[in-house]
Amino acid sequence: MPATSILSPEILAKYEPVIGLEVHVQLLTETKAFCGCSARFGSAPNTQVCPVCLGLPGALPVLNRRAVEFATLAAMALHCRINETSVFARKNYFYPDLPKGYQISQFDKPLGEHGWIDVPAPAGTKRIGITRLHMEEDAGKSMHEGFHDSRERTYIDLNRCGTPLVEIVSEPDIRSADEAYEYLTRIKEILLYTAVSDCNMEEGSLRCDANVSVRLKGAEKFGAKAEVKNVNSFRFVRAALEHEIERQIEVIEAGGRVVQESRLYNSAEGRTYSMRSKEQAHDYRYFPDPDLPPLVVSNAWQEEIRATMPELPEARRERMIDEYEITAQDAQVLTSSRAFADQFEQAAKAAKSPKRVANLVQGELVGRLKAAGLELAQSPISMQGIAQAADLAESGALSSKMLKQLFDRCFETGEDFGVVYEREKPQQISDSGALEKMIDEVIAANPKQVEQYRGGKKTVAAFFVGQAMKLSKGQANPALLNELVTKKLDG
Amino acid sequence: MAELELKSTSNSTRRTIRSARHAIVSGETSAVALADSYYDTIAAEDPKIHAWLALSRERATAQAHRIDDLAKAGDLAKAGDLAKSGDLANAEALPLAGVPIGIKDVLVMQGAPATAGSKILENYRPPYDATAVAKLAAAGAVLLGKLNCDEFAMGSSNENSAYGPVHNPRSLDRVPGGSSGGSAAAVAANMAVATLGTDTGGSIRQPASFCGVVGLLPTYGRVSRYGLIAFASSLDRVGPFTHTVEDAAILLGILAGPDPMDATSSGAAVPDYAAALGTPVKGLRIGIPDEYFGEGLDPEVRAAVEKTADALRAAGCTLNKVSLPHTRYAVATYYVLATAEASSNLARFDGVRYGLRADDAASLSGMYRKTRDQGFGKEVKRRILLGTYVLSAGYYDAYYRKAQQVRTLLTRDFLDAFTQVDAILTPTAPTPAFRLGEKTDDPLAMYLADIYTVTANLAGICGISVPCGNSKEGLPIGAQILGKHFDEATVLRVANAVEQAHRGGQAQR
Repeated sequence: MPATSILSPEILAKYEPVIGLEVHVQLLTETKAFCGCSARFGSAPNTQVCPVCLGLPGALPVLNRRAVEFATLAAMALHCRINETSVFARKNYFYPDLPKGYQISQFDKPLGEHGWIDVPAPAGTKRIGITRLHMEEDAGKSMHEGFHDSRERTYIDLNRCGTPLVEIVSEPDIRSADEAYEYLTRIKEILLYTAVSDCNMEEGSLRCDANVSVRLKGAEKFGAKAEVKNVNSFRFVRAALEHEIERQIEVIEAGGRVVQESRLYNSAEGRTYSMRSKEQAHDYRYFPDPDLPPLVVSNAWQEEIRATMPELPEARRERMIDEYEITAQDAQVLTSSRAFADQFEQAAKAAKSPKRVANLVQGELVGRLKAAGLELAQSPISMQGIAQAADLAESGALSSKMLKQLFDRCFETGEDFGVVYEREKPQQISDSGALEKMIDEVIAANPKQVEQYRGGKKTVAAFFVGQAMKLSKGQANPALLNELVTKKLDG
Repeated sequence: MAELELKSTSNSTRRTIRSARHAIVSGETSAVALADSYYDTIAAEDPKIHAWLALSRERATAQAHRIDDLAKAGDLAKAGDLAKSGDLANAEALPLAGVPIGIKDVLVMQGAPATAGSKILENYRPPYDATAVAKLAAAGAVLLGKLNCDEFAMGSSNENSAYGPVHNPRSLDRVPGGSSGGSAAAVAANMAVATLGTDTGGSIRQPASFCGVVGLLPTYGRVSRYGLIAFASSLDRVGPFTHTVEDAAILLGILAGPDPMDATSSGAAVPDYAAALGTPVKGLRIGIPDEYFGEGLDPEVRAAVEKTADALRAAGCTLNKVSLPHTRYAVATYYVLATAEASSNLARFDGVRYGLRADDAASLSGMYRKTRDQGFGKEVKRRILLGTYVLSAGYYDAYYRKAQQVRTLLTRDFLDAFTQVDAILTPTAPTPAFRLGEKTDDPLAMYLADIYTVTANLAGICGISVPCGNSKEGLPIGAQILGKHFDEATVLRVANAVEQAHRGGQAQR
């Protein structure tokens, strides 16, 4: 875990970090960016390849239309201005997992520019600028470990080669490791909502590099920056940045100068290491790829793409707070994924009280999921189940104690609420004697309503049925209860 | 039209597409027998010429058998005999049934190696057919094998092939031109009815001129580049070498059209080129650019092209002077852009996945360096270095960007000229074929062999080289006709008139 700083809080407080993030995201297309190969993750090495993604002599790239649509949707969701014409360029460098000797990317004319997102900050929200969003292709994967001869050899899997990516580059607007964490969380949330990526960091579909420098508070000029490469979780990004910020301050406080370089984060030790490689001095010799005409996303096409834009998390939260009278905190939990929020809204609309549905999720579901170590998506209780439970509670048919017991059973057996309820709902009372006793009690307690009934207002019968049902804690056989109530009142 | 079968210097028969197909459809010969006769000619002639790098006899024979089976079943005759109808559009199937064709080694073809004339791809066997190759095969062509060329199509004499130079069949101590020297020589020596070549700065037209055959440069995007081992992607074209302009028209009709595998291929309508030849050239306006008749032009070439202009006037064309003022920047512009693209296109030859790998390197970067040092020839290295330089940080604006701007001006020159004329007539090359070894030590002199051809590649327009005369020594001279984007039909019509005038002249002698 991070080495503790030798610097006093007073010294740390003199400085301000400046952070910009580069996020690479794999797009969730069926096929690769420039050929028809499957872009699925996890197949046997080098089985999803063809002359194009292998870079065989003579093969040519043809752009995947779906990848353009996903990238454009992502750019729009991040409030980028879409360039009607953008240009693919070649980024030239040699590496064994890069079969063509260049990566097809975008350079001086990216697909999207001048975007922003708002992230939660101590004082409300803070707007972080997005410099650009551009399309590019992924490289293959070099496997340096895990083979019997890994000491001498590196193996290469080219399945990933040519998978469509977008790179999202932030402005250097981020001022703390926490802000970086929030930024990444929001970016991921938006991309998941737009369904352009699964953002799975373990599988490498979301990767992050962080540029960080420090300067004295109030200074205008940026300090020399370090690029912390390829950190594989948001928490590690935060930890790596915290460490790197302190390291740079230490260097400056000791009278040294921060070197502009790439650094690798070691999560086990909680610190960054200089890569000290010549690769840092790369001249990529970008030039427009002559194999690909400029990408034109016409206004009409942009409108088609914009029409597929789902409601984004921020707007959805605001609407849900309004519509279902739930708290901001409830809204946050309920919108943690688009599928989950969709289910919630479906359930909330079907249920008598949306507020009660929200309460059940917050009060009964979230804690149990946490205890069981489950994600919302893995919950045994569906949103329909929650809605059913909420209605039963609303009608008084289930006491909160019974409800808790039923939820516990669901988590024990892994069954949905409806299943458990049907099986385990307490036996109905069909004993006429017991029911008559309850009805007598209700009649005795409500002489005014009895008078109304007997005066000809037959609808009051329903009132007595409801009261008696309540008295039976919802367990009375409804048909029999009805019959008996009418008999008693008439008789 | 002149007679279709002429005896050449060797014993072999000069067959056109029309006559070869007719011989098979009519039962005069079989596709297998015809292919065998071409392989016999290759065995007899090629030791002197060295046009072929590999023969694909297995694939050729299998295809010839298929054609013969169809011919026996009468399916070919039913499909319509080209010779009778003379109309390609009505020949529903297999317009190239049994026609023996050779392929330049920078185009990939299953069943044969693809070396691109380079040691770095020695023994490399591609797993797919280039689109142009696949289209020929689908039209019934019998693909004989792969043809020698300058390494990665970089050269103007075919002396840059890692497998040795090609000798000009018309004069064995002369170069055949380049880079498609093997493709031109094979047609000239009747070792194929037609061949495919590629043209990045003149590599079809210049060797066609040197060897006395027809060489067509289609408009950029007209013929798919899929399967063409790239030299300079924005300049590379695939096109045919043939004995006659009509054959070039027939082949272009088969090769042209959009390809889902090539994003730069065009969806522009493909006219019936062969039928277009029937329209007389009378009334066409032919441009004569001063810039192509200046210093460095051999007097015999000038005289032959001027005679050609006279013949076109006699056929009813009007001759107009046109100006292409940026011509003098073309060679410099070309060598910046072509080498820039080449430096990137050739990066994939790194020894990692296929082709040569130096096995005595201690590190990854050492392996890269040794592989590329051992695998690439001198001219290829020169161009990779030049291209890397012009794309480098700090030089990009001065070289690459500037060259792109000049390219735009050069293109505008042509667009302006084509508002006044329908086609432009120039020499194809400043001289007839030069001697082997004559320019190998002077890259600049070699680059100037393309001075009249690079402009069409830069502008994206189409062109053709058609034989128009012979030097006193008997060396062929070619006339170049340049046309508007996607107006190959006019270029072919004018070339057809030049061909008729030239044949007529020869017959008189």
